[in-house]
Amino acid sequence: MRVLKLNLMVQYSRAELDASFAALADATRRGVLEQLGRCDASITTLAEKFHMTLTGMKKHVGVLEQAGLVTTEKVGRVRTCKLGPRRLEEETAWLERYRQLWDARFDELDKIVEELKRKEKIDGRRKRE
Amino acid sequence: MKNITTMERKSERELVVTRNVNGPARIVFEAWANPELFRQWWIPKSFGLSLLSFEADIRTGGQYRLVIAHGDAEPMAFFGRYLEVTPHARLVWTNEEGEGAGPVTTVTFEENGDTTLLVLHELYPSTEALDAAMSSGEKCGMDETFEQLDQLLAGLGANVGQG
Repeated sequence: MRVLKLNLMVQYSRAELDASFAALADATRRGVLEQLGRCDASITTLAEKFHMTLTGMKKHVGVLEQAGLVTTEKVGRVRTCKLGPRRLEEETAWLERYRQLWDARFDELDKIVEELKRKEKIDGRRKRE
Repeated sequence: MKNITTMERKSERELVVTRNVNGPARIVFEAWANPELFRQWWIPKSFGLSLLSFEADIRTGGQYRLVIAHGDAEPMAFFGRYLEVTPHARLVWTNEEGEGAGPVTTVTFEENGDTTLLVLHELYPSTEALDAAMSSGEKCGMDETFEQLDQLLAGLGANVGQG
Protein backbone atom coordinates (compact mmCIF):
# COMPACT_ATOMS: atom_id res chain seq x y z
CA MET A 1 0.00 0.00 0.00
CA ARG A 2 2.86 2.33 0.83
CA VAL A 3 4.51 1.78 -2.56
CA LEU A 4 1.21 2.29 -4.28
CA LYS A 5 0.71 5.54 -2.43
CA LEU A 6 4.15 6.71 -3.46
CA ASN A 7 3.26 6.01 -7.06
CA LEU A 8 0.12 7.99 -6.63
CA MET A 9 2.06 10.90 -5.19
CA VAL A 10 4.26 10.95 -8.27
CA GLN A 11 1.47 10.36 -10.74
CA TYR A 12 -1.11 12.68 -9.36
CA SER A 13 -0.64 16.22 -8.21
CA ARG A 14 -2.41 17.45 -5.10
CA ALA A 15 -5.00 19.22 -7.23
CA GLU A 16 -5.68 16.10 -9.24
CA LEU A 17 -6.05 14.05 -6.09
CA ASP A 18 -8.54 16.56 -4.73
CA ALA A 19 -10.44 16.39 -8.01
CA SER A 20 -10.46 12.58 -7.87
CA PHE A 21 -11.69 12.66 -4.30
CA ALA A 22 -14.49 15.04 -5.12
CA ALA A 23 -15.42 12.96 -8.14
CA LEU A 24 -15.60 9.74 -6.11
CA ALA A 25 -17.54 11.26 -3.22
CA ASP A 26 -20.77 10.88 -5.19
CA ALA A 27 -22.63 7.55 -5.41
CA THR A 28 -23.92 8.20 -8.95
CA ARG A 29 -20.45 8.97 -10.22
CA ARG A 30 -19.10 5.80 -8.62
CA GLY A 31 -21.92 3.95 -10.36
CA VAL A 32 -20.99 5.55 -13.67
CA LEU A 33 -17.38 4.39 -13.25
CA GLU A 34 -18.55 0.87 -12.51
CA GLN A 35 -20.79 0.95 -15.57
CA LEU A 36 -17.99 2.23 -17.83
CA GLY A 37 -15.75 -0.51 -16.48
CA ARG A 38 -18.09 -2.98 -18.12
CA CYS A 39 -18.65 -1.11 -21.36
CA ASP A 40 -18.16 2.27 -23.01
CA ALA A 41 -21.41 4.21 -23.05
CA SER A 42 -22.93 7.40 -24.44
CA ILE A 43 -24.09 10.16 -22.11
CA THR A 44 -27.67 9.44 -23.20
CA THR A 45 -27.36 5.76 -22.22
CA LEU A 46 -25.86 6.70 -18.87
CA ALA A 47 -28.62 9.25 -18.21
CA GLU A 48 -31.25 6.59 -18.90
CA LYS A 49 -29.53 3.97 -16.74
CA PHE A 50 -29.28 6.31 -13.78
CA HIS A 51 -32.74 7.85 -14.30
CA MET A 52 -31.35 11.29 -14.77
CA THR A 53 -31.67 14.22 -17.15
CA LEU A 54 -29.10 14.62 -19.92
CA THR A 55 -27.89 17.87 -18.35
CA GLY A 56 -27.48 16.21 -14.95
CA MET A 57 -25.45 13.34 -16.41
CA LYS A 58 -23.31 15.75 -18.44
CA LYS A 59 -22.35 17.48 -15.19
CA HIS A 60 -21.37 14.20 -13.52
CA VAL A 61 -19.34 13.08 -16.53
CA GLY A 62 -17.70 16.50 -16.64
CA VAL A 63 -16.53 16.10 -13.01
CA LEU A 64 -15.16 12.60 -13.75
CA GLU A 65 -13.43 13.90 -16.87
CA GLN A 66 -11.86 16.77 -14.97
CA ALA A 67 -10.50 14.28 -12.45
CA GLY A 68 -8.93 12.29 -15.28
CA LEU A 69 -10.98 9.21 -14.47
CA VAL A 70 -13.02 9.26 -17.67
CA THR A 71 -12.39 10.43 -21.21
CA THR A 72 -15.08 11.35 -23.68
CA GLU A 73 -15.06 11.50 -27.41
CA LYS A 74 -17.63 12.89 -29.79
CA VAL A 75 -18.37 10.86 -32.91
CA GLY A 76 -21.13 12.41 -34.99
CA ARG A 77 -23.86 13.44 -32.56
CA VAL A 78 -22.96 10.93 -29.87
CA ARG A 79 -20.53 11.62 -27.05
CA THR A 80 -19.05 8.32 -25.85
CA CYS A 81 -17.56 7.99 -22.38
CA LYS A 82 -14.87 5.54 -21.44
CA LEU A 83 -12.70 4.75 -18.47
CA GLY A 84 -9.06 5.46 -18.28
CA PRO A 85 -6.26 6.55 -20.52
CA ARG A 86 -6.40 9.33 -23.02
CA ARG A 87 -7.22 8.36 -26.58
CA LEU A 88 -3.79 9.20 -27.94
CA GLU A 89 -2.03 6.85 -25.51
CA GLU A 90 -4.55 4.15 -26.32
CA GLU A 91 -3.89 4.59 -30.03
CA THR A 92 -0.12 4.43 -29.56
CA ALA A 93 -0.44 1.24 -27.49
CA TRP A 94 -2.69 -0.33 -30.12
CA LEU A 95 -0.27 0.55 -32.93
CA GLU A 96 2.61 -0.98 -30.98
CA ARG A 97 0.69 -4.22 -30.38
CA TYR A 98 -0.23 -4.39 -34.05
CA ARG A 99 3.38 -3.68 -35.05
CA GLN A 100 4.52 -6.57 -32.86
CA LEU A 101 2.08 -8.90 -34.61
CA TRP A 102 3.47 -7.89 -38.01
CA ASP A 103 7.02 -8.17 -36.74
CA ALA A 104 6.40 -11.74 -35.52
CA ARG A 105 4.73 -12.52 -38.83
CA PHE A 106 7.68 -11.17 -40.84
CA ASP A 107 10.12 -13.15 -38.68
CA GLU A 108 8.31 -16.29 -39.82
CA LEU A 109 8.35 -15.01 -43.42
CA ASP A 110 12.14 -14.56 -43.16
CA LYS A 111 12.49 -18.25 -42.33
CA ILE A 112 10.44 -19.32 -45.36
CA VAL A 113 12.39 -16.99 -47.66
CA GLU A 114 15.70 -18.36 -46.33
CA GLU A 115 14.47 -21.89 -46.98
CA LEU A 116 13.38 -21.02 -50.54
CA LYS A 117 16.74 -19.36 -51.23
CA ARG A 118 18.58 -22.45 -49.99
CA LYS A 119 16.45 -24.75 -52.14
CA GLU A 120 17.03 -22.58 -55.20
CA LYS A 121 20.80 -22.69 -54.63
CA ILE A 122 20.75 -26.48 -54.38
CA ASP A 123 18.55 -26.80 -57.48
CA GLY A 124 20.80 -24.39 -59.38
CA ARG A 125 23.86 -26.43 -58.47
CA ARG A 126 22.12 -29.60 -59.60
CA LYS A 127 21.26 -28.05 -62.96
CA ARG A 128 24.86 -27.00 -63.55
CA GLU A 129 26.21 -30.43 -62.70
CA MET B 1 20.77 -8.77 -38.01
CA LYS B 2 17.03 -8.64 -37.74
CA ASN B 3 15.22 -6.22 -40.02
CA ILE B 4 13.01 -3.58 -38.45
CA THR B 5 9.24 -3.49 -38.84
CA THR B 6 7.69 -0.02 -38.83
CA MET B 7 4.04 0.81 -38.24
CA GLU B 8 2.44 4.18 -38.77
CA ARG B 9 -1.01 5.69 -38.96
CA LYS B 10 -0.30 7.55 -42.16
CA SER B 11 -3.63 9.31 -42.44
CA GLU B 12 -7.05 9.40 -40.84
CA ARG B 13 -7.98 6.19 -42.62
CA GLU B 14 -4.71 4.50 -43.47
CA LEU B 15 -2.12 2.33 -41.68
CA VAL B 16 1.28 1.59 -43.24
CA VAL B 17 3.61 -1.25 -42.29
CA THR B 18 7.12 -1.62 -43.77
CA ARG B 19 9.78 -4.31 -43.51
CA ASN B 20 12.86 -5.35 -45.52
CA VAL B 21 13.16 -9.05 -46.28
CA ASN B 22 16.52 -10.58 -47.28
CA GLY B 23 15.66 -12.08 -50.65
CA PRO B 24 14.72 -11.17 -54.21
CA ALA B 25 11.14 -10.00 -54.91
CA ARG B 26 10.52 -13.15 -56.92
CA ILE B 27 11.09 -15.37 -53.88
CA VAL B 28 9.41 -13.09 -51.34
CA PHE B 29 6.34 -12.86 -53.58
CA GLU B 30 6.25 -16.64 -53.88
CA ALA B 31 5.95 -16.88 -50.07
CA TRP B 32 2.80 -14.71 -50.27
CA ALA B 33 1.24 -16.09 -53.43
CA ASN B 34 1.71 -19.82 -52.82
CA PRO B 35 -0.95 -20.91 -50.26
CA GLU B 36 1.22 -23.83 -49.07
CA LEU B 37 4.00 -21.38 -48.14
CA PHE B 38 1.70 -18.60 -46.93
CA ARG B 39 0.06 -20.80 -44.32
CA GLN B 40 3.49 -21.54 -42.82
CA TRP B 41 4.18 -17.97 -41.77
CA TRP B 42 1.04 -15.80 -41.72
CA ILE B 43 -0.09 -16.82 -38.23
CA PRO B 44 2.77 -16.31 -35.75
CA LYS B 45 2.74 -19.04 -33.11
CA SER B 46 4.45 -16.68 -30.65
CA PHE B 47 1.12 -14.83 -30.44
CA GLY B 48 -0.70 -17.92 -29.22
CA LEU B 49 -2.59 -18.14 -32.49
CA SER B 50 -3.10 -21.20 -34.64
CA LEU B 51 -4.30 -21.56 -38.19
CA LEU B 52 -7.17 -24.03 -38.52
CA SER B 53 -7.61 -23.69 -42.28
CA PHE B 54 -6.61 -21.56 -45.24
CA GLU B 55 -8.05 -21.75 -48.71
CA ALA B 56 -7.09 -19.27 -51.40
CA ASP B 57 -7.42 -18.82 -55.12
CA ILE B 58 -4.61 -16.27 -55.50
CA ARG B 59 -5.39 -14.49 -58.76
CA THR B 60 -7.27 -11.28 -59.58
CA GLY B 61 -10.91 -11.85 -58.61
CA GLY B 62 -10.08 -15.01 -56.61
CA GLN B 63 -11.25 -15.52 -53.02
CA TYR B 64 -9.60 -16.50 -49.74
CA ARG B 65 -10.74 -17.73 -46.36
CA LEU B 66 -8.67 -18.14 -43.19
CA VAL B 67 -9.87 -19.65 -39.91
CA ILE B 68 -7.81 -18.78 -36.84
CA ALA B 69 -8.03 -20.06 -33.28
CA HIS B 70 -6.88 -18.16 -30.21
CA GLY B 71 -6.87 -20.13 -26.96
CA ASP B 72 -10.30 -21.35 -25.96
CA ALA B 73 -12.13 -18.56 -27.79
CA GLU B 74 -14.47 -19.29 -30.69
CA PRO B 75 -12.38 -19.60 -33.92
CA MET B 76 -12.58 -16.57 -36.19
CA ALA B 77 -12.93 -16.55 -39.96
CA PHE B 78 -11.26 -13.92 -42.17
CA PHE B 79 -12.20 -13.70 -45.80
CA GLY B 80 -12.28 -11.53 -48.90
CA ARG B 81 -11.13 -11.38 -52.48
CA TYR B 82 -8.03 -10.42 -54.45
CA LEU B 83 -8.52 -7.20 -56.39
CA GLU B 84 -5.08 -7.38 -57.98
CA VAL B 85 -2.35 -10.00 -58.22
CA THR B 86 0.70 -8.73 -60.14
CA PRO B 87 3.54 -11.27 -59.88
CA HIS B 88 6.64 -10.08 -57.97
CA ALA B 89 5.19 -6.58 -57.56
CA ARG B 90 1.74 -6.08 -56.02
CA LEU B 91 -1.06 -7.81 -54.14
CA VAL B 92 -4.37 -6.15 -53.27
CA TRP B 93 -7.18 -7.80 -51.31
CA THR B 94 -10.36 -6.95 -49.46
CA ASN B 95 -11.15 -7.83 -45.83
CA GLU B 96 -14.84 -8.59 -45.62
CA GLU B 97 -15.29 -10.37 -42.28
CA GLY B 98 -16.45 -7.30 -40.37
CA GLU B 99 -19.75 -5.48 -40.44
CA GLY B 100 -20.10 -3.04 -43.35
CA ALA B 101 -17.27 -2.15 -45.71
CA GLY B 102 -13.88 -3.42 -44.52
CA PRO B 103 -10.35 -2.17 -45.21
CA VAL B 104 -8.47 -2.88 -48.45
CA THR B 105 -4.93 -4.21 -48.05
CA THR B 106 -2.23 -3.42 -50.64
CA VAL B 107 1.24 -4.98 -50.48
CA THR B 108 4.03 -3.82 -52.78
CA PHE B 109 7.33 -5.66 -53.32
CA GLU B 110 10.26 -3.35 -54.15
CA GLU B 111 13.52 -5.09 -54.92
CA ASN B 112 16.76 -3.32 -53.90
CA GLY B 113 19.80 -5.47 -54.56
CA ASP B 114 19.51 -8.61 -52.42
CA THR B 115 16.58 -7.37 -50.35
CA THR B 116 12.94 -6.65 -50.96
CA LEU B 117 11.13 -3.80 -49.25
CA LEU B 118 7.58 -4.76 -48.32
CA VAL B 119 5.15 -1.86 -47.94
CA LEU B 120 1.73 -2.80 -46.70
CA HIS B 121 -1.17 -0.32 -46.69
CA GLU B 122 -4.47 -0.89 -44.96
CA LEU B 123 -6.97 1.63 -46.27
CA TYR B 124 -10.17 1.91 -44.23
CA PRO B 125 -13.42 3.18 -45.77
CA SER B 126 -13.63 6.02 -43.21
CA THR B 127 -11.90 7.61 -40.22
CA GLU B 128 -14.61 6.14 -37.98
CA ALA B 129 -13.92 2.64 -39.32
CA LEU B 130 -10.21 2.87 -38.49
CA ASP B 131 -10.91 4.43 -35.08
CA ALA B 132 -13.32 1.60 -34.33
CA ALA B 133 -10.78 -1.04 -35.42
CA MET B 134 -8.15 0.54 -33.18
CA SER B 135 -10.39 0.55 -30.13
CA SER B 136 -11.85 -2.92 -30.73
CA GLY B 137 -11.27 -5.41 -27.98
CA GLU B 138 -11.29 -2.59 -25.46
CA LYS B 139 -14.91 -1.63 -25.71
CA CYS B 140 -16.05 -4.20 -23.16
CA GLY B 141 -14.31 -5.89 -20.28
CA MET B 142 -11.56 -3.31 -19.93
CA ASP B 143 -9.89 -5.40 -17.29
CA GLU B 144 -6.59 -3.59 -17.31
CA THR B 145 -8.12 -0.15 -17.01
CA PHE B 146 -10.39 -1.41 -14.28
CA GLU B 147 -7.41 -2.74 -12.39
CA GLN B 148 -5.80 0.66 -12.56
CA LEU B 149 -8.97 2.19 -11.18
CA ASP B 150 -9.01 -0.39 -8.39
CA GLN B 151 -5.49 0.62 -7.49
CA LEU B 152 -6.39 4.28 -7.53
CA LEU B 153 -9.40 3.67 -5.31
CA ALA B 154 -7.32 1.54 -2.92
CA GLY B 155 -4.74 4.31 -2.71
CA LEU B 156 -7.36 6.96 -2.07
CA GLY B 157 -8.98 4.71 0.53
CA ALA B 158 -5.68 4.48 2.35
CA ASN B 159 -5.46 8.24 2.40
CA VAL B 160 -8.96 8.52 3.84
CA GLY B 161 -7.98 6.10 6.58
CA GLN B 162 -5.13 8.32 7.59
CA GLY B 163 -7.05 11.56 7.37
